[in-house]
Amino acid sequence: MADFKDIIKEYQHIPGGIIEAYNAIQKEYSYIPEDAIAVAAKAFKVSKAEAYGVASFYSYLKIGERGKNVIRICESAPCHIAGADEVIEALEKELGIKMGESTADGKFALEFAECVGQCQSTPVITINRKPYGDLTPEKIPAILAEYK
Amino acid sequence: MAEEKRIVLRNYGKIDPLSIDDYINAGGYKALEKARSMGQKEVIDEVKNSGLRGRGGAGFNAGTKWGFSYSTEADQKYVVCNADEGEPGTYKDRIIMENDPQSLLEGMAICGYAIGATKGFIYMRGEYPYVAEIVQKAIDQAKAKGVLGGFDIEIRLGAGAYVCGEETALIESIEGHRGEPRFKPPYPGVAGLWGKPTVVNNVETLANVPVIIEKGADWYKSIGAANYPGTKVFTLSGDVVNKTFFELPTDATIRDVVFGMGGGIVGGKKFKAVQIGGTSGGFIPESLLDTPVDFDSMAKIGATLGSGAVFVMDEDTDLIDVIERITKFFEHESCGKCTPCREGTKRMHEILQKVNGGNGTADDIALSEKLGKVMSRACLCGLGQAAPAPFLTTLEHFKADYDAKLV
Ligand SMILES: Cc1cc2nc3c(=O)[nH]c(=O)nc-3n(C[C@H](O)[C@H](O)[C@H](O)COP(=O)(O)O)c2cc1C
Ligand code: FES
Repeated sequence: MADFKDIIKEYQHIPGGIIEAYNAIQKEYSYIPEDAIAVAAKAFKVSKAEAYGVASFYSYLKIGERGKNVIRICESAPCHIAGADEVIEALEKELGIKMGESTADGKFALEFAECVGQCQSTPVITINRKPYGDLTPEKIPAILAEYK
Repeated sequence: MAEEKRIVLRNYGKIDPLSIDDYINAGGYKALEKARSMGQKEVIDEVKNSGLRGRGGAGFNAGTKWGFSYSTEADQKYVVCNADEGEPGTYKDRIIMENDPQSLLEGMAICGYAIGATKGFIYMRGEYPYVAEIVQKAIDQAKAKGVLGGFDIEIRLGAGAYVCGEETALIESIEGHRGEPRFKPPYPGVAGLWGKPTVVNNVETLANVPVIIEKGADWYKSIGAANYPGTKVFTLSGDVVNKTFFELPTDATIRDVVFGMGGGIVGGKKFKAVQIGGTSGGFIPESLLDTPVDFDSMAKIGATLGSGAVFVMDEDTDLIDVIERITKFFEHESCGKCTPCREGTKRMHEILQKVNGGNGTADDIALSEKLGKVMSRACLCGLGQAAPAPFLTTLEHFKADYDAKLV
């Protein structure tokens, strides 16, 4: 696994590239390690407060550990009326955790998302940003199996 | 019934999106060549006269916008493509970029030439890394072919913030900051990215440009509604038979979209409401379905064309439940910079929760109506200004649904 210090180095020459760096760190870690904030602040020549402020602003960025595979359930109106709640229930049951939590083995994190732009096949979830559409509770176990 | 007409999606299904040769064989990059043989001002006038208005939601004349950046002196100017596509129910920019990425790049390069910019950015929502891969390949191919000349294009990925679709918040985000909207003026056209003149245009707006240059302003102007010419790409969701995308001339009606191309309501149920333009759009009842979809006609009925998202709801839909969900969206997505939006979206959600839970009173409704009216005037950006629209329009057209839930 690439060290976050090396990832930041790769992006620090890009004007405004701190969000790109955070995205790249998350691709490796699935989250932003707390120590990475101070390193990013130095590399992009902003205060720690600002580097933290940026990381905490965006809902896809997460400071501190979470499960490796991030499952997001779209709860925007079109997915909502198509039965997103049932999908949430099925996911919580299958993984034994609640929305916003990670599994004890560190494999999965469950989070809400707003529309992910796949509204032709509601309800939709994404795993590590890859979309899965036309979901029913029955389809959940097979999809999760791909990541176990 | 209106029939589909593909301008933006002219190459859809006809070319391999990952082959620039396919695009060139289909006539691609001829418009850029033509533009470069014209004067910069001439290109801008052609776009202005075509009547092309922004497809990202605000409906501003594209050529006029380019003119602001063209006539502002600066050592550097930028073209920024807004590919944030954050309005729930919208997926048209994804369809365009997945199927014909080169036409977006060509549109950006034409804009760059016209305003005198050598650098372009595509701000792509963080939800679309798989679209970014396709567009990056297209950029690499265009560079290798040398078709973009001295015009450079870079993709920047967002990280899940609806407000970053607002053009000044988007600029803040490219600069590496929190995506909080700026006070306007100055507008980006004069002082945008890193303080330089910047044209921010939506994907669909830019994808129209090559065709306009190739076929001319008069040709374009003759299509669709006179005050909002051309076509619009619609994306359908909800209880409609054909949950897919269509490109229609802008003189089509809402009925054409929902019942024509859309095929009507699933399972032979009755129509209840349609929300157009995304989650910030107004709700439209059956009695207004014959309204033309163009920007100005929609504004006249208190609705929006917006992004062209079409969210259809059948007779069984609990509208108050949908509105509660939407108010939660805005509470979550408010950036917190201005008080009327930060506080207003929170209180609006609280009240709607109460009403939807069967504990609301007529006073609660009156209070949120007042709050909504204040927000639509006092909020800093379009997010807070539009946030109350779904509530206010359902209150106007579907008051009985609220009354049924009050104590
Ligand atoms: C809260 C908010 C969200 C927006 N989201 C988008 C978006 O996702 N895509 C977009 O093109 N425009 C969006 N806009 C409109 C942009 O501010 C801007 O008007 C547009 O990018 C200009 O391009 P156009 O003239 O080609 O439409 C949004 C505006 C607001 C206030
Ligand atoms: S509303 Fe869920 S993907 Fe668009």
